[in-house]
Amino acid sequence: MLEVKDLHAEVDCTPILKGVNLSVRPGEVHAIMGPNGSGKSTLAQVLAGHESFKVTGGSVAFDGKDLLTLAPEERAREGVFLAFQYPVEIPGVSNTYLLKAAVNAIRKHRNEDELDAIDFLKMFKSSMKLLDLDESLINRPVNEGFSGGEKKRNEVFQMMVLNPKLAILDEADSGLDIDAVKIVAKGVAQFRNDNNAVVIVTHYQRLLDYIEPDFVHVLYDGRIVRSGVKDLALELEEHGYDWLKNSDA
Amino acid sequence: MSFTEQHPEFLKAAGGPDWLGELRNAGIARFAELGFPTTRDEDWRFTDVSPIRQTAFTPAVPAGADVAGLLQGSGGSDWPGHHLVFVDGVFTPDQSAIGALPAGVRLGGLADILAATPELLQPHLGTGAAVNGNPFTALNTGFIRDGAAIFLGDDIDERVTVNLWYVSTGATANAVTQPRTLIVVGRNGNFTVTENYVGPGDACYLTNAVTEIILAENAVIDHTKMQLESETAYHIAAMHVHAARDSRFKSHAITTGGAITRNTIKAQLDDENIECTLNGLYLGHGRQLVDNHTCIEHAHPNCNSSEIYKGILDDKARGVFNGRIHVRQDAQKTDALQTNRALLLSDDARVNTKPELEIHADDVRCTHGATVGQLDEAGLFYLRSRGIDAETARGILTYAFACEAVTDIESQPVRDTIEQLLIGRYRQL
Amino acid sequence: MAQDNAIQAPEVVSESDELIARSIEQEYRWGFVTDIEADAAPKGLNEEIIRFISAKKNEPEFLLNFRLNSFAHWQTLEEPQWPHVHYAPIDFQEIIYYSAPKQKEKLTSLDEVDPEILETYEKLGIPLQEQKMLAGVAVDAVFDSVSVATTFKETLKDAGVIFGSFSEAVHEYPELIEKYLGSVVPYRDNFYASLNSAVFSDGSFCYIPKGVRCPMELSTYFRINAAETGQFERTLIIADEGAQVSYLEGCTAPVRDENQLHAAVVELVAHKDAQIKYSTVQNWYPGNKEGKGGIYNFVTKRGRADESAKISWTQVETGSAITWKYPSVILRGDNAVGEFYSVALTNNHQQADTGTKMVHLGRNTRSTIISKGISAGQGQNSYRGLVRVAPGATNARNYSQCDSMLIGDKCGAHTFPHIEVAGPTGQVEHEATTSKIGEDQLFYLRQRGLSEEDAASMLINGFCKEVFRELPMEFAVEARKLLGISLEGNVG
Repeated sequence: MLEVKDLHAEVDCTPILKGVNLSVRPGEVHAIMGPNGSGKSTLAQVLAGHESFKVTGGSVAFDGKDLLTLAPEERAREGVFLAFQYPVEIPGVSNTYLLKAAVNAIRKHRNEDELDAIDFLKMFKSSMKLLDLDESLINRPVNEGFSGGEKKRNEVFQMMVLNPKLAILDEADSGLDIDAVKIVAKGVAQFRNDNNAVVIVTHYQRLLDYIEPDFVHVLYDGRIVRSGVKDLALELEEHGYDWLKNSDA
Repeated sequence: MSFTEQHPEFLKAAGGPDWLGELRNAGIARFAELGFPTTRDEDWRFTDVSPIRQTAFTPAVPAGADVAGLLQGSGGSDWPGHHLVFVDGVFTPDQSAIGALPAGVRLGGLADILAATPELLQPHLGTGAAVNGNPFTALNTGFIRDGAAIFLGDDIDERVTVNLWYVSTGATANAVTQPRTLIVVGRNGNFTVTENYVGPGDACYLTNAVTEIILAENAVIDHTKMQLESETAYHIAAMHVHAARDSRFKSHAITTGGAITRNTIKAQLDDENIECTLNGLYLGHGRQLVDNHTCIEHAHPNCNSSEIYKGILDDKARGVFNGRIHVRQDAQKTDALQTNRALLLSDDARVNTKPELEIHADDVRCTHGATVGQLDEAGLFYLRSRGIDAETARGILTYAFACEAVTDIESQPVRDTIEQLLIGRYRQL
Repeated sequence: MAQDNAIQAPEVVSESDELIARSIEQEYRWGFVTDIEADAAPKGLNEEIIRFISAKKNEPEFLLNFRLNSFAHWQTLEEPQWPHVHYAPIDFQEIIYYSAPKQKEKLTSLDEVDPEILETYEKLGIPLQEQKMLAGVAVDAVFDSVSVATTFKETLKDAGVIFGSFSEAVHEYPELIEKYLGSVVPYRDNFYASLNSAVFSDGSFCYIPKGVRCPMELSTYFRINAAETGQFERTLIIADEGAQVSYLEGCTAPVRDENQLHAAVVELVAHKDAQIKYSTVQNWYPGNKEGKGGIYNFVTKRGRADESAKISWTQVETGSAITWKYPSVILRGDNAVGEFYSVALTNNHQQADTGTKMVHLGRNTRSTIISKGISAGQGQNSYRGLVRVAPGATNARNYSQCDSMLIGDKCGAHTFPHIEVAGPTGQVEHEATTSKIGEDQLFYLRQRGLSEEDAASMLINGFCKEVFRELPMEFAVEARKLLGISLEGNVG
């Protein structure tokens, strides 16, 4: 589904990604771990098409299409979803308004009929309940005045509503207490199926206790230096990232 | 005799190099052209200076008044640092206390430095505060003679602290002093300065001061002005600041004295990554008029400015605040914040406030807030419900309101003096 | 309506979005010229012209005198220079001060209105024929200098509401005109108000009697058609004790290379317990992308609010080359309320200097100011306001919020709020922010699948929502649509 080959990217002429390779197939959950500054979030942003990052080499194929030539909204319509590490506040625009506009833009792209208000409501209700989100939240302006936990859960909520093929969760658990982490994991579990895939970008192993990854990759200084199964995450937890640095050297 | 009529006499007596004569002539010419401002000038709409225009001021003749007593009364005589004392505008070394100076620092009376090394002053004097729209600045320039001159060379590690005391004795009736302060801080310099104006209780005189501050790269200045003039005196002051790359300028202007006070501050952020803080506190009662005009010019990217002005007005006092922030087209990533709050304690107190934001760049964050009103009723009630009587509660809240404008002053002794002044004034409320 | 701050109303959302999408490709759509025969005064301004206008309208003497006094005073005045706008000097002798479509002596029904004019209004989306009329909105159509038609006049009459052209009212209700004309905006008020008082040609007049709640929205649609002509209309709305009315105003003009002058005066009188809500969607021709042509919109709008009365101004200003207007409220009576909600957009070379004055005279008076300025292209947008709490206006309250949004780096946003407060019991709060349309916000919305244009229009509508929710439904849709069009070419 996703083939990242030798991806290089820089910001303000500083190279951040220095040759990332990653292959994700339908039905898989990948975890990308690494110390702060290793390029994890950059990778997530580059896949979503953030224009602050300049791709200087390599390729990204998504379902056979060249992802790098697409605008951010085209990638979203193709089915790439990014749960932001820092969800953006949009004053005056309600969650419902945003989601409806987004869902219909995506459906239109797939030549599907636009949904009416009742379909939306149905779609929202069950997900909100699962994520323990207050119903008033969907009529509030996007992320404005939300608590940290509400913002993260709102990202997962949007993921469930938009139902992408590939969901990239950027630090979906940072700043959350353990109950909230469990709720986020519940949302991801509900979302998963054999046709979609999830990439979890995280600094901590904690979230992986609740979402079991099929593969764990360690990103260090812009490259994936280790790949393995979930035990790698436990190993990392035990030894810390210094262990990697030393073993690398 | 008018100021223009006095000028030829002044020039003869004051002497000095040719370039200074030219500067003085340009100043008086501009003043003659502009005349005193009237309330028809937008910049002076709420500040009527006709009492100044109508008074025939004569140059102050320094007299042996109780200077030490006045300094003592100001509460700042034991502040750390060097003390330069000016009596009726003239530098007075025997009242001053200047300790050992680090190499590369030069400071003293402007007249003395002018006599000894005029070349030190020439590049700066009159360039910081150009003679343009403000008639009082032009007038001061016409009569430049004495004041303070402070030079910090490049790369001086040590923090230098200087206190300037401009004392008016009131010995000459309707005296005028026009002190000029020039501060030049070199690269990486670290400088704390207080500029203080004091006078005896009931004297009528005019202080027309101009201060020029020039900061080199990465220099840091903490400036506090305390204006404790006689409440029957007139105090007009302009401060012009030019800041270079990576420099930090912080100013606090405290005003309690003066029948009419006008402070004009203009900060020119001449390069990138400059931080500028302009804070102020003014306390008015009786029929005092306090006018603060500030202007911050953001001309280059990545500069921050922050401004908090607070006023407390009682009786028939009047306050004027005009805070201009100009963000030029190149000044992307500007972050400018301005707050001005006024507390009116009586029915007849009045305030006119006008924040002005002029923004030509798009990637900026600029906010300003202004409030005018009385003490927070909820806060009052809360304190009273805790057993504090209404008067004390009012005093506490008023004091707390004022404190916010001075907490940022870096020198603890200076802060203590101001807080004492506030407690003395508002504890009884 | 007010229980929620966010834009929701699902049906409106998709509809308006579609409208934006559709109209984004379009230029100024109201720029056509209607070819009709006009009856016009010669160019220039002098006492003869004023007598000509007055005679054309067969005016009573008090009105002629009002005009002549105004003209005499105007001649002593100079054009104001303080606004933050720049334009070449106006030659007031090069303007035609009166132009009226030629028509029969007296219209008895809409059928007699020149079909060209009817068609014009239809093209503008304001059908005047009874069968096509907007339900629930009575319209007075002003074409150049005169009112050409008023719909639903009879329905309103049954409720006791007088609504129609100013000229007719002069003849039918001269005592009301004489009593109220110039009572809120005196002819000496300012340069343009004086000019208007001398040469105004027509406008709308509205009187809501005591205790009557006007059964429908009233609306005036202004259209400038003739070339080299100034439009100087005069609107007077009186809500008697306890009366209520909501009034809408819309404006368009053809595309012309010359600048045209529009100097209107609007006076509102809200008696004790009365409420007037005045909404404007101003879409005069803004000039082309190079800044050529466009309307100079110099308008004086002011309301007087007596005891416990409420006046609310809502404006969406997207048109005109230059806008200069400060809809104001004199809060004369105790407990009076004044409101001002404004969205002003300047694009290309447009300049706007707009804001409000809230003058608190009565006790416990309250005012709210919400101003949203959007600058794009090389547009210059200034908010200028005055909040004055006079001595004796105890417990007056004001809250002001002025936000500016910048799109592109050649535009400017400026804020000049004046606050003058006497006495300790007033509470005045002012907040202002300036920011650019957020790159991170755009990216976030695009990541959710929205196109760049949709994302931008969503952000702008969100920015303006506090004002849009004050507009009547039809106007809100119209307003969003206009913002979408005006911003074309700035995003992406």
